[in-house]
Amino acid sequence: MRHLLSAADLDRTQITEIFDLAEEMSLVQGRPVKKLPALRGRTVVNLFFEDSTRTRSSFEIAGKWLSADVINISAKGSSVSKGESLRDTVLTVAAMGVDALVIRHPASGAPWQASRWIDAHVLNAGDGTHEHPTQALLDAFTIRRHLRRSTPDLMSFDGQTVAIVGDITHSRVARSNVLLLTTLGARVILVAPPTLLPPAIDSWPVLTCTDFDEVLPHADIVMMLRVQRERMSGGYFPTPREYTMSYGLTRPRLEAMKPGAAICHPGPMNRGLEISADAADAANSLILDQVAAGVSVRMSVLFELLGGAE
Amino acid sequence: MTDLLIRGADLIGRGRSDLLIRNGRFVDPADAGGDVEQLDADGLVALPGLVDLHTHLREPGREDAETVDSGTLAAARGGFTAVLAMANTTPVTDTAEAAEHVAALGARDGHAQVVPVGAVSKGLDGVELAELGLMSRSRAGVRMFSDDGHCVSDARLMRRALEYVRAFDGVIAQHAQDPQLAGPAACCHEGEISGKLGLPGWPGAAEASVVARDVQIAELTRSRLHICHVSCAETVDVIRWAKQRDINVTAEVAPHHLMLTTTEVLGYDPTYKVNPPLRPNEHVEAVQEALADGTIDAVATDHAPHARHDKEHAFAEAAFGMLGLETALAVVMETMINSGVLSWPELAKRMSITPAHIARLADQGRPLAEGEPANVVLVDPAARAVVDRAVSASLSRNNPWHGRELPDAVVATIWAGQVTYQKGQ
Amino acid sequence: MDSRVILDADQIARACARMAHQILEANRGAENLVLMGIPTRGVALAHRLATVMDEVEGARVPVGALDVTMYRDDLRRQPTRAVGHTHLPVDVDGSTVVLIDDVLYSGRTVRAALDALGDLGRPRAVQLAVLVDRGHRELPIHADHVGKFIPTRTGEHVSVRLAEIDGIDQVSIEQSGDPVRGGT
Repeated sequence: MRHLLSAADLDRTQITEIFDLAEEMSLVQGRPVKKLPALRGRTVVNLFFEDSTRTRSSFEIAGKWLSADVINISAKGSSVSKGESLRDTVLTVAAMGVDALVIRHPASGAPWQASRWIDAHVLNAGDGTHEHPTQALLDAFTIRRHLRRSTPDLMSFDGQTVAIVGDITHSRVARSNVLLLTTLGARVILVAPPTLLPPAIDSWPVLTCTDFDEVLPHADIVMMLRVQRERMSGGYFPTPREYTMSYGLTRPRLEAMKPGAAICHPGPMNRGLEISADAADAANSLILDQVAAGVSVRMSVLFELLGGAE
Repeated sequence: MTDLLIRGADLIGRGRSDLLIRNGRFVDPADAGGDVEQLDADGLVALPGLVDLHTHLREPGREDAETVDSGTLAAARGGFTAVLAMANTTPVTDTAEAAEHVAALGARDGHAQVVPVGAVSKGLDGVELAELGLMSRSRAGVRMFSDDGHCVSDARLMRRALEYVRAFDGVIAQHAQDPQLAGPAACCHEGEISGKLGLPGWPGAAEASVVARDVQIAELTRSRLHICHVSCAETVDVIRWAKQRDINVTAEVAPHHLMLTTTEVLGYDPTYKVNPPLRPNEHVEAVQEALADGTIDAVATDHAPHARHDKEHAFAEAAFGMLGLETALAVVMETMINSGVLSWPELAKRMSITPAHIARLADQGRPLAEGEPANVVLVDPAARAVVDRAVSASLSRNNPWHGRELPDAVVATIWAGQVTYQKGQ
Repeated sequence: MDSRVILDADQIARACARMAHQILEANRGAENLVLMGIPTRGVALAHRLATVMDEVEGARVPVGALDVTMYRDDLRRQPTRAVGHTHLPVDVDGSTVVLIDDVLYSGRTVRAALDALGDLGRPRAVQLAVLVDRGHRELPIHADHVGKFIPTRTGEHVSVRLAEIDGIDQVSIEQSGDPVRGGT
């Protein structure tokens, strides 16, 4: 695997390999020596054009636990306004002799463009409103662990219904999850007000519904997306109150969930807006498991990209 | 200056004839003397020199991207003998002095006639009228006014501008883009591809709704309105309706909208980022039909050179625009002549005669006949080549046609009797 | 491909039984003993040895698995390898760990296993038991307990098949004609 840019880059076999490896990687967390020598001598640069302490630290730990040399570059200032082109920034970093570039950028497509300019491996850590493949991987990995509690050898998500609720239009997590979950065989239903559904949504391999309560009793997994309050100034919905009452995972909705169903959220959460405190802390919430899975899944992906011959 | 005898050209498809040029005009070919330069035009079609209503020459302000010299050289290579230079330079062409400066650059450096377009509003800010009258009375003789790059979105300002220019037979050229429906970040046709790629959408309604409003205002004010770079079917429908009501509206289409579709942006290559954006095939077909039936009156390149570093950004952050002067005729030939939709005389109308009329250029788009100014381009209908972006007179390289096989038609361009371009020299 | 059988099912069983006894004898019983098999066949062998030890001493010696993929010295020379499962049945600190593998060849796998073990804890002692020692060491590695010494040429391949994995118990030598083998 040369790059990981899109969740669509992976087929079921590759996803399963990544997950199985992530299970092994997760054992490292409990060891006295949290180190595997596999990526010793490899240099990984986190080139983040957008703030993100969580994702960046997750990648940093993942690289370091595999013995790679990890460097964090905050390129937030190297934007159009400073006159340095994206190409210049990327080439400058790559010229330092980097094996892999983990890129997060506020503009969709930046990692694709970067991959055309350099030889190093490129890993998309989130591009604009387009994709966030490692997030989708850790979400699906967490779901697999949850499902394996009742079906130990579960390999696919056939027969599972996943509802993704919230600002789909602006969510790179939603796009990557749709791709990954459908590859794994899940039935995906997007729930949002019409203003937050992307154009031509019927061309996606999903069902859509603007009524959360209609979908809720059928969902095995309810994935809540963060809603940015800034979207209100764009007039996407009238008030937070109306949003929460129509699309929030409130306490009554928590109780209306299918027995055995679980809750996901990519974080950070707006408690009280898209998800109630009750739901966030509920017994069937996988939210903390998602966070815990982040490092293992990223270790697995880094090993897949860098662990073998060039 | 020696006479120039063009031998055996097919005059706009009407039949072969010789053309004799003396002192910048056509004279009776029988009058050719002994000391005459000859140009063999056997197998070539002669068209009136092409006229581009929409070019960005970038000078003054961005001479790293293009100058009047390089831009008009590119124009000559493309068969153009006149270009209208849009006003969004630095400084903006919003005063008589600025307009005269551009005209002077054209007179000094131009390889084609350079006519400055004046801004509609001061500084292109869309708030106050620029000195339209003074610009028209200046030595630059400005007749077309446009805030191109920006939409004149204030209805009252548009009304005032349309009314005001009636005094001197001016025309307001609108860049139709409702800022509330397609803001500055909008960069991809709103649809399946924008949704999947996560790019801010630019719906056709943002263009058509402004045109719908402006044709109503033009009817109210009995003024001349011109619509820049028509890109979508919805706009075509509005213009068709307006023309049926005899509203004085004209329209142009850019070569890229005649052939390229939204699928070009799938790789996030900013070479294909343009305003208005490339549209899906049904819109390409609609504008082709409109150009054929006259709903769209002219082809205008919207030649938009950009320094490499302005394009080498993430797609959403890169500059908008494509080169167009050198390839315009090739694209129109490929989509409209070679497909049998247009004849040579019809192409001459859309690329020379009508644009000259809209811009009120007295010496352009004239018949290839005795007494007329000698603005002519010789075209080889059969020659083809693979476009190489590195081979260009422009200072910029943002060429969307690189690697495509297209007609390589222009053999010679003659402006005011002077050869401004000849293939192989 | 030319192939000859070196050990049949009975001979393998006897070798395992003998090794199990040897390990217990060398360590004066089963106390603090941990058997760590190197996947895949080392793990199956470890379970077999533990079964014999249970029959002899009545003591259940813990069995684990130690995947060494991440510690290999040739990772970069091949496409990304799949990683096997590591399972520590007990804390390794202070235990006597017996590493168990099917074939001992260059010694590189054992070197990797020692590094892997070192990151898991600090055993009191580490010993090595292999079903087959085929010679041609490339590192100063030595097995404490050997089922059978089989002299080989570098062009030969030693194939160990175990019923749990391959459906049959058999050790054979194959002439692959390929002088460079990624060996253990």
